[in-house]
Amino acid sequence: MHPTFSIVFFTTASGAGFALLFLLGLAAPLGLLPESSGFGFVALATAFVLATAGLVSSVFHLGRPERAWRAFSQWRSSWLSREGVMSVMTFVPAAIFAIGWIFFGVTDGVIGLFGFLAAICAAVTIACTGMIYASLKPIHQWHNRWVVPNYFTLGLMAGFLLLDLIIRFWTVRPVGTPLLALLAVLAAWWSKEAYWRFIDTTSAPSNVASATALGSRGRVRMLEPPHTQDNYLLQEMGFHIARKHKTRLRLIARITAFVLPALLCLIALIGSGTVAAGRRALAVLRRGETHRDALLRRRCRLSLCRAGRAR
Amino acid sequence: MTDLPPTYPGQKKLGLVIDLDLCVGCHACATACKEWNTGGHMAPLPDFNAYGDGAWGVWFNRIHSFEDGEGERACTVHFPKSCLHCEDAACVTVCPTGASYKRVEDGIVLVNESLCIGCKLCSWACPYGAREFDADEGVMKKCTLCIDRIYNDNLAPQERQPACVMVCPTKARFFGDLGDPNSAVSELVAARAGTDLMPELGYRPVNKYLPPRRGRPHGEDREAAPLSAVIAEAQNEADAANPLLRWVDRLLSR
Repeated sequence: MHPTFSIVFFTTASGAGFALLFLLGLAAPLGLLPESSGFGFVALATAFVLATAGLVSSVFHLGRPERAWRAFSQWRSSWLSREGVMSVMTFVPAAIFAIGWIFFGVTDGVIGLFGFLAAICAAVTIACTGMIYASLKPIHQWHNRWVVPNYFTLGLMAGFLLLDLIIRFWTVRPVGTPLLALLAVLAAWWSKEAYWRFIDTTSAPSNVASATALGSRGRVRMLEPPHTQDNYLLQEMGFHIARKHKTRLRLIARITAFVLPALLCLIALIGSGTVAAGRRALAVLRRGETHRDALLRRRCRLSLCRAGRAR
Repeated sequence: MTDLPPTYPGQKKLGLVIDLDLCVGCHACATACKEWNTGGHMAPLPDFNAYGDGAWGVWFNRIHSFEDGEGERACTVHFPKSCLHCEDAACVTVCPTGASYKRVEDGIVLVNESLCIGCKLCSWACPYGAREFDADEGVMKKCTLCIDRIYNDNLAPQERQPACVMVCPTKARFFGDLGDPNSAVSELVAARAGTDLMPELGYRPVNKYLPPRRGRPHGEDREAAPLSAVIAEAQNEADAANPLLRWVDRLLSR
């Protein structure tokens, strides 16, 4: 909960991994992705490694990591437990789907159904991660309607970016993914801005007056905290530096998470679309010439070979 | 199980009633709590850098001080705060392991330390800041309502109360069954308009707080009489001591 590195890494890596798995499980059975086993292996391995690394990392913020398995027990009431159960359950259909695709080159039929199932489980896992935060009533910045959608849009952004990257090793000119990746970045940017606007313009239902049941005489304010030194709550929940530099930190997040990826996506989109189309047109014009050149070159090589053998 | 226990009419709800009018902020309840509980059910309550700068540690009860109002009307309110043993305790339902639970028989919220994984989610679910993390053992701890005192046959019956209630020098703390409308604590809450903290969150805390009494108005509230009238009244009183002047006064007042 405290933004330790293990939790930041977990949220980012697992979000990207499960979103990539969601896209693969959805698109491969529909025949929208390269059918090569090699592509299936690299793409699915990326998704599995990211999701697993994130989950393993999340264990390190626990006070008693060796008891982490106990977190699978309370799925009936706890979103944290539900997330744990769903993240592990996702690997079952995903593993069957991966075996079918990588070892047998099959992505449709029954294997395709396991792909869809893996996609559904991955999406539910992401929703559970969001709900851990969205279900906490005391924290206004989390307990609102923007939190779960943001987990989806940010996850999908990472998933589409990864998919577009991997697909380029198998397809020279990928159709759809460059544009979808750009749209996913823009959607994530919009939802993050909407979230920021929401938390800036609204406030928690509770305040110091309702927390103390005072206020009938006027304004309530703290005179003395319970102690002169630190305590657990301040260590866990008091973030003065982050609050102080809110505007700049948001600017950094905006540039590195949205503006740069969007620009790079745009360049990739132009590179794989417009520029390639231009090059294709030039190639058509030059085809006759290049064909003749190639023939000439082959003849030269052949004659050189013959000359060498003769010597 | 971290589901909340089933509820039924007349269910026992043990809790505290804290009189903000009487509390003088002496921190005796916090000290007594620490002293008892560091050897009690949730023991130990560790301290870190206890004798140096940056000392901190586990305390189940902490006393805040607030100012209510402005200027002469302002009132300093000392505000002891510990676990409120909520009826709708989110700290229990968010727990992924079943370590956090609410007892069906008396409503006390406890932590089973041998199940706790130290994920700290319960501390984020608690709006009252009642959860305390033991960084030595890596588990969450909290107020037990001195469960090892209130049911302790080895203590004299009058001592079977939470340590904070026993020690309070101004008798600002009361312990009892808030589920029974006829109990002494329930009657006190009804008589003094005791309230919930943050009722808008819907946690339905069992512990209740009695607001400070309004007290005598002072400062600009009192109708200050002009000085001349005060002097005139004093002279009247002096004159009234003289029987002749009293007779003249009575005669002329007709």
